[in-house]
Amino acid sequence: MECTLDAQSLISISLRKIHSSRAQRGGIKLHKNLLVSYVLRNARQLYLSERYAELYRRQQHYPDGAPLLAMPACPPPAAAAPPELAALPLPADTQDREARSCGAARGGAELLEVPVCAVPPELQRAPCRDSSPGFYRAAGSAGPGGGGSAAPGLLYAAGCDFASGGAPHCSSRTTVLDLDTHVVTTVENGYLHQDCCSQCPCCCQPAPGLASPPPAPGTKRKYYPGQEEEEEGVEEGEPGGGGVAGGPPFAPCTKRARFEEYSAEHPQDSSNISNLISIFGSGFTGLVSRQQADSEQPLNGQLCSKQALASLGAWTRAIVAF
Amino acid sequence: ADIISTVEFNHTGELLATGDKGGRVVIFQREQESKNQPHRRGEYNVYSTFQSHEPEFDYLKSLEIEEKINKIRWLPQQNAAYFLLSTNDKTVKLWKVSERDKRPEGYNLKDEDGRLRDPSMITVLRVPVLRPMDLMVEATPRRVFANAHTYHINSISVNSDYETYMSADDLRINLWNFEITNQSFNIVDIKPANMEELTEVITAAEFHPHHCNTFVYSSSKGTIRLCDMRAAALCDRHAKFFEEPEDPSNRSFFSEIISSISDVKFSHSGRYIMTRDYLTVKVWDLNMENRPIETYQVHDYLRSKLCSLYENDCIFDKFECVWNGSDSVIMTGSYNNFFRMFDRNTKRDVTLEASRENSKPRAILKPRKVCVGGKRRKDEISVDSLDFSKKILHTAWHPSENIIAVAATNNLYIFQDKVN
Repeated sequence: MECTLDAQSLISISLRKIHSSRAQRGGIKLHKNLLVSYVLRNARQLYLSERYAELYRRQQHYPDGAPLLAMPACPPPAAAAPPELAALPLPADTQDREARSCGAARGGAELLEVPVCAVPPELQRAPCRDSSPGFYRAAGSAGPGGGGSAAPGLLYAAGCDFASGGAPHCSSRTTVLDLDTHVVTTVENGYLHQDCCSQCPCCCQPAPGLASPPPAPGTKRKYYPGQEEEEEGVEEGEPGGGGVAGGPPFAPCTKRARFEEYSAEHPQDSSNISNLISIFGSGFTGLVSRQQADSEQPLNGQLCSKQALASLGAWTRAIVAF
Repeated sequence: ADIISTVEFNHTGELLATGDKGGRVVIFQREQESKNQPHRRGEYNVYSTFQSHEPEFDYLKSLEIEEKINKIRWLPQQNAAYFLLSTNDKTVKLWKVSERDKRPEGYNLKDEDGRLRDPSMITVLRVPVLRPMDLMVEATPRRVFANAHTYHINSISVNSDYETYMSADDLRINLWNFEITNQSFNIVDIKPANMEELTEVITAAEFHPHHCNTFVYSSSKGTIRLCDMRAAALCDRHAKFFEEPEDPSNRSFFSEIISSISDVKFSHSGRYIMTRDYLTVKVWDLNMENRPIETYQVHDYLRSKLCSLYENDCIFDKFECVWNGSDSVIMTGSYNNFFRMFDRNTKRDVTLEASRENSKPRAILKPRKVCVGGKRRKDEISVDSLDFSKKILHTAWHPSENIIAVAATNNLYIFQDKVN
């Protein structure tokens, strides 16, 4: 069907396009990014189906099953061209299971790599995806998990278990900036939730002459335009940038906003790509942020807000803020 | 010279306007044919040049607004002046282009320096006389229609009532009256309540050439909707929906991209619409919604190259398409400075090239051929040697004669029928 590019390369190329579109003159082109997202979705579907197939084959070989649930195979590093992909992210509470799985994987099929274990811990605490069928859970549950559309007999659990361990960062959140009304809406797992910055005084006016979208339930926060200025100087992944100039004070956040930490400088960063694979849905759904690497820093409201705003500005503008 | 971003003949074909990436508009005028030089059969010369749009900065959103002219549309001529609409991503402007070939002379109210003379020194009343001067063409902005589009404007279309026009961006279409700049009616809005659910955008829109209540707009999903403004104020529900079922055997990673429609044009008769997607041109009958009546392959040899075209972004190129005056021939551009014409009656097609090396003035254009595999003949070009940086996105056809304008990056080519 296609030429030399496989799903993984397509995904990394597409991500690069989305990322570079932010720097383009004239603003983000909604049409082009929408089309790129379709390519991403298609590539992801193919990649995931390949993973399922691989996993299914392994299950046939290793009927004891449990360790392999967590360890879908990765392409051997000899294939230098496609980025080396880590396994899909796992929930926070399964760390010991990960270790066990990791060890088992090492003893497992020769094709199985260890990149999952090499994945930094924060990656493994990455958020669950809500309804993506591609989500693996090292829960030892054999048989088809709940829901999902994959073939029966494949070992996975669709859906995200928020109750698992109550990991503070295990939530999926997407933040949307409406360019018409300058309202930021945060959607968590399909329903709106209280934004930690809801006390922010609003000071934007919606553009005149434009119809506002129908009000959605839940809390909305007016987006302070000055914050976006800050975003310009902030690289993704950096903490907080220079701070928000003149921003309103924020209450300490109990939940932190997240952002994608793939970057154009590291196109071979496989862990980021695998993250996106697991959480990416069609259109723009699923571009859920994940925790920043240095989130171990002690939280204070200011840092939280800076991080949140820096990342918020970055990603809402890149993906949805048109 | 800047990259040409739009080309448009006016309704008589006397004028040809081009817009470029730098925000400038250049208007060419056809020479009057003279008996003395019959072989110079009405060539086009520069008539007027002006800066239509400047780069702007939206401080609220920290966005730079490109000055590139996306579209130019002429108004029909109603007096000695010419009027055209030009638009960039955000603002539409109405320009008046008028000639001045006389100037008043004989004022005695000012001295040689231009200073007003003391009224008590003036004893004679002298009425100024109009004397001929060198022709001066001046362009003045008459209306500026701003602040009505959140997203990037991709189309403008003048209504057949000549009183209104529409502007379309990715998610909305607005209806304007030429006289009113601070208001517009929103007639189409496909923005979802939750932007996460966005699946398609508007890619082009055009009014019906005769029915002022009817317009069409195309989408990135390869569909066309025809709307009737009499039905409702907000035309979110279409009167007709044109879509061809996808061929599952052609499914690929890029199916969505290549099915996105880049241009839609009514035929002059108003009976048909033509759409351009990445690989084909299709003609639809307004009375049949479930499939086009004609499909023409523009460069199907690119189907196996979609991966590389995706990598180098060429797959996102938006080609336009045009009808000839009698709706019998359609034309569209391709790569390597090739453009294609399809005769709907004879079903013949031709590939021509717009390049300086291959065409001297008044030479006949030689048909070109792309070799898709196997043995390459002498004059053929293989697919791998095509230059994808040389693309013809914008073409125009004279409304009544066989004169075409082809924009090849930053060069404009004008071709005419052979004179016998």
